[in-house]
Amino acid sequence: MASLNMKATLLSLLLLLVGLGIWEAMNQAPAASTGLSEYERMMGGADQEARVPPPSQVFSHAWHELSDPFYDAGPNDKGIGIQLAYSLYRVLTGYLAAALIAIPLGFVIGMSPLMHKALNPFIQVLRPISPLAWMPLALFIIRDSEGSAIFVIFICSIWPMLINTAFGVANVRTDWIKVARTHELSPLKTAFLVILPAAAPTILTGMRISIGIAWLVIVAAEMLVGGTGIGYYVWNEWNNLDLNSVIFSILMIGIVGMLLDMTLAAVTKLVQYED
Amino acid sequence: MSRHFVSIEGLSKVYPSKEQDLVVFEGANIGIDKGEFVCIIGHSGCGKSTILNVMAGLETPTTGTMIMDNKEASGPSLDRGVVFQNYSLLPWLTALQNVSFGVKARWPKWNKAKVDAHSSHFLEMVGLSGALHRKPSELSGGMCQRVSIARAFATSPKLLLLDEPFGALDALTRGVIQDELLKIWSETQQTVFMITHDVDEAILLADRVLLMTNGPHARVAESVKINIPRPRNRANIIEDPAYYKIRNYLVNFLVKRSGQLSGSAGQVGGATQEVDPSVEIHPQSEQSAGLKAAI
Repeated sequence: MASLNMKATLLSLLLLLVGLGIWEAMNQAPAASTGLSEYERMMGGADQEARVPPPSQVFSHAWHELSDPFYDAGPNDKGIGIQLAYSLYRVLTGYLAAALIAIPLGFVIGMSPLMHKALNPFIQVLRPISPLAWMPLALFIIRDSEGSAIFVIFICSIWPMLINTAFGVANVRTDWIKVARTHELSPLKTAFLVILPAAAPTILTGMRISIGIAWLVIVAAEMLVGGTGIGYYVWNEWNNLDLNSVIFSILMIGIVGMLLDMTLAAVTKLVQYED
Repeated sequence: MSRHFVSIEGLSKVYPSKEQDLVVFEGANIGIDKGEFVCIIGHSGCGKSTILNVMAGLETPTTGTMIMDNKEASGPSLDRGVVFQNYSLLPWLTALQNVSFGVKARWPKWNKAKVDAHSSHFLEMVGLSGALHRKPSELSGGMCQRVSIARAFATSPKLLLLDEPFGALDALTRGVIQDELLKIWSETQQTVFMITHDVDEAILLADRVLLMTNGPHARVAESVKINIPRPRNRANIIEDPAYYKIRNYLVNFLVKRSGQLSGSAGQVGGATQEVDPSVEIHPQSEQSAGLKAAI
């Protein structure tokens, strides 16, 4: 197994190097050795063709940004750390609010066939709505861009948690429920001592899907509401035509998203049981 | 009828349907004395498991009641411990935690040290002192069933219900755990009601074996006394003179008479015949025995 892991790591590194090499090679500034034409001299040697910055430039920019991630030089010039912190704050607030509602409600739906049948039509209609479609209504009702962004995160992360919780709770083995009944456990104790641990892996899977969706949606939401956050930062740097920053922030979005997912995966592992 | 510690009267289970109601069993009368070990044998579909589930309070009977210790027993209760065929351990808990789950439910006021000591004592009784902190997925089927038995005995129920506890185990493991069950039963003086398919197992363990006719309309037809002195063990029980008489009687019932007697509507409500094959050797004498029981 160790050798498989090692081979995989080597292959990954190789692919990375090849990819970066091609990217670097295809985006070189034209060599100036041929001498400048008259037009070029008149234009001050400016290059007419816009190019994606090569990785070497992006990395040196990234190094520069990451060496001081929390600087704050006014509304349009904040460090990447501050922008990511704003986004994380919104994602976690909306996500936790969604979890607080989705998990208890999922328990109710999972345990009561009546509630399941009664609430299912609402879930089925509300779930496919793009979270951003809620934005205008949220802005109108909440009258606060920050609150609206959090609401959009809330509404997009509630569904996977709700559905997975309900599914996990409804499918707890009847044997285990029988054990709870023959031990005279109260409904509350049954919920906490038997159903919750039995359904925990399914619930955590829902939470993991939700955090992924929330992180996808926050970028788009912040592009809309503006002000702060990683989504706003990407769009702002595009307006500044600073592609180095655009690429750098795309990478950062990926890394933070991966870290969020890894955190949830680690928690899932804690509650996982082998049957 | 003399009052037994557990007495089940006129029990029946009917599943209603549009065309014809399905009567699984009817008129079941069962009495169990304190400290008695009773096995029930019958073919699949005769409703043994339903009877056990009714006794456990997990199902409601169509008619009939169960009186235990002079109180009507309905709904699940810690007074009636259950060991299920598929162990029903909680897979996210260790062996010790599974047993203390039951102990905590039984005695909520006990502190952790007392709960753990009590639980590990019962795990030791079934020979699992080395596996206290292993989860069910890390235990073999036989070990899981031992944990399940320890959990049931540890809560000291008034009546212990075993639903084919060894059905899923291989013959060697089964034998070992049967011995352990006998040991723990003789130490705790539990009242036990157990379902089995295995005639030898029933003879080894039980004071009495209840025989059911085939379903539908199954009945508890006979109560066979196992007149073999205790302590018994698997090695010497076959040397007892009564062993083969009892065994032949039981096998004969299961192979031939459980079918012949089944569904005979005239017998409904008829008393369960009491039989002692070690004395009454000839199955022919059952007619007169039946008459005696009826009178």
